[in-house]
Amino acid sequence: MEQFAPVKRSKDGQAVRYLIVDDSVFARKNLARMIESFGGQVAAEAGDGLTAISEFDRTHPDIVLMDITMPQMEGIEAAERIVQQHPEARIVMVSSVGYQENIVAALQRGARHFVQKPVKPEVLYEVIKYVLGEDGAVANAAGAGA
Amino acid sequence: MKMELIQPFINAADAVLSQGLQGTTKVGNLTMEEDAYRRKGVAGMIALTGDIEGRIILDLEPQTAVKVASHYAGTDLPESDELIKETIFELANQVVGNAVSALNDQGFHFRVHPPLLLTAQEGDKTSEDTEALMILFETSLGSVFMNVALRYNKKRMADHAAVGA
Repeated sequence: MEQFAPVKRSKDGQAVRYLIVDDSVFARKNLARMIESFGGQVAAEAGDGLTAISEFDRTHPDIVLMDITMPQMEGIEAAERIVQQHPEARIVMVSSVGYQENIVAALQRGARHFVQKPVKPEVLYEVIKYVLGEDGAVANAAGAGA
Repeated sequence: MKMELIQPFINAADAVLSQGLQGTTKVGNLTMEEDAYRRKGVAGMIALTGDIEGRIILDLEPQTAVKVASHYAGTDLPESDELIKETIFELANQVVGNAVSALNDQGFHFRVHPPLLLTAQEGDKTSEDTEALMILFETSLGSVFMNVALRYNKKRMADHAAVGA
């Protein structure tokens, strides 16, 4: 996989920590590989919305990558509940179902951005930088691909 | 079955496979299937309900499924690996999700159901208003078959028309 210039946390220069939420093991592995290529670290994974809430409380990640269609509790509801408890939470919805209603609903309920599957690493990378804003910094890396 | 329903699925599968397998995907034969569905290998089925109803099957011969899943995993997987099934499910999800997004923007509303693994060698015979279309995608790792059987939900469509009138 293509390597990107590492995105670090501005406050301490440490790796950005991610919570990956998807009911598909395949999707979680795929996202984890992308995160590693961005210089990030997987803080936790969850396969449904309810587990996502408890894993957020436990790990306090910098960014949540959240699928929408999942068992137990769907991603938009989980995002809303997390943001109610943690208004600072940065949640990026990642779903193959990318129609207007879904996107608007997710953004209205607290998500910061939306990425449609299949995820292009270069798109996710830009979204991560945008969502982190001043809290993220692109580190210099020799031979980085983007 | 109307081509306007099928085309978004063909476009979505073409895009998902081309991007995921990082190679050119060629849309091969399109054939009508009036007999019961015969599974070719690892097959994931996703049902749709709503304004349009039916199901989509993504089916890969076993060796192709292993190659495709290994490509995504970035390592060689054994034929028994659970990740092979997961890969086919996720690809089916992406194809259906992308197609449904396009159809939703045209005003159709759906519920997409979770993928199911087809284990029987032979499926249900399609009815007269859900005859299936089989589309072959030729990829660098082998053939991918997509079987689409969809129909308009006439009651839902009539309800929408009544509301819009």
